[in-house]
Amino acid sequence: MTDLATYNFAYLDEQTKRMIRRAILKAIAIPGYQVPFASREMPMPYGWGTGGVQVTASILGPKDVLKVIDQGADDTTNAVSIRAFFQKVADVAVTTKTKEATIIQTRHRIPEEGLREGQTLVYQVPIPEPLRFLEPRETETRKMHALEEYGLMHVKLYEDIARNGHIATTYAYPVKVEGRYVMDPSPTPKFDNPKMHMSEALQLFGAGREKRIYAVPPYTEVVSLDFEDHPFEVQKFDKPCALCGAENVYLDEVVLDDKGGRMFACSDTDHCEDRRDCGHAGHMLARKEAAE
Amino acid sequence: MASQSQIFAGAFADPVFSAQSVFKSLMDGFARPGQIMRLEASSVPPSPMGAAAGAVALTLCDHDTPVWLTPALAKSAVPQWIAFHTGATVTDSKTDARFAIIEKGAPVPGFDQFSLGTQEYPDRSTTLVIEIEALSGGVPLTARGPGIKDDVTIAVRGLPEVFLDFWSANRAIFPRGIDLVLTSGDSVLCLPRTTRIARQEV
Repeated sequence: MTDLATYNFAYLDEQTKRMIRRAILKAIAIPGYQVPFASREMPMPYGWGTGGVQVTASILGPKDVLKVIDQGADDTTNAVSIRAFFQKVADVAVTTKTKEATIIQTRHRIPEEGLREGQTLVYQVPIPEPLRFLEPRETETRKMHALEEYGLMHVKLYEDIARNGHIATTYAYPVKVEGRYVMDPSPTPKFDNPKMHMSEALQLFGAGREKRIYAVPPYTEVVSLDFEDHPFEVQKFDKPCALCGAENVYLDEVVLDDKGGRMFACSDTDHCEDRRDCGHAGHMLARKEAAE
Repeated sequence: MASQSQIFAGAFADPVFSAQSVFKSLMDGFARPGQIMRLEASSVPPSPMGAAAGAVALTLCDHDTPVWLTPALAKSAVPQWIAFHTGATVTDSKTDARFAIIEKGAPVPGFDQFSLGTQEYPDRSTTLVIEIEALSGGVPLTARGPGIKDDVTIAVRGLPEVFLDFWSANRAIFPRGIDLVLTSGDSVLCLPRTTRIARQEV
């Protein structure tokens, strides 16, 4: 008897999946609106992606190919353990290649490679309510969404400018979906915000502790909030990736020693490996000959 | 009285994977309005309920979702079939219903008679499952909105004349409104409340 037989397929029971599936369908029908759902206890603590895991478990089928990334990387703790979880409870095929995946569960990055139709991106979300730090009461934020009253968010961005001279929000940068709901894109760097706009892939967001699911269908307008005289801008990096030489990608800073040595490398490990396989090299890439 | 075989038979052969595949078709359908999605799993509900409507009910309904049925469906073996296989209760009240199922040829009630959700909770609205003659071959209409690149033509056959008026009224109260699953045979075509539909210029 295999380990698989002791669980229902993909861990969740069928009634839970149905409840989550109904929430997902309503979320797709009302882009950017946070649908409450009865989040379950999962065999991992809140904060480790229980919302994303529940969404993935509810949509996953035996034909799917799953990729899990944590800050762009396939090989960090959260990604490895969630991938192993679904291998164990759903016996599903997994990959690290963005191209091959049908479902990509992500914590805070969107792959550099453009997603295509038929792929689903599942975000793990800690705080789904973009207005929560401005207004702690759920009754009030719900009313603000109902009345499309988003002035407070613009005040926050304005205060950024007043204090810093520019909009200093660099991640979880608020967006407006289809001209109606202001939405938290989860703590992705604002660098990734433009990728959400008119994406070919379906984007689903799951917040386990906060018990909310929301969605952005494909080909949907996602606009980062800004001002005419302070238009939205993404981060720019001075140097290309030290390993693959890529420009216009999101880079992670890696501290190398205690003497101030550091390097910048692609946060998307699959994209970086792909480029290196194609012969691209950054200035710090160890030469094969040198290693031998 | 309905025969027992009508009530107990006709559900998914493989409940877990059939429900997953039907849900996947519905999710892709709502994410890409206007696309005709063929369901991979079939059900055989009692007449006059259609196969695709039966599959949708088996996939999404349970004790949390009161279902409204047309008078003809309510008089058939369908309420018992739904109760046995999903645990959902049948309600007479359109505003209490999470799902409403309308068989082929039955009059379609005005969409605003169903639950439209509230401005605070627009997700608490009814999803209508309407069986029609065919999902293609009808008068072409242009659909636009989230999930649709530029625009898409839908040409369903068998919706009432007033459908476009119902639909534009439904669109006007966004974010409230009903969502629609049109079915025919073993296929579905989903229309979320965000889709804008217009007659094509001749």
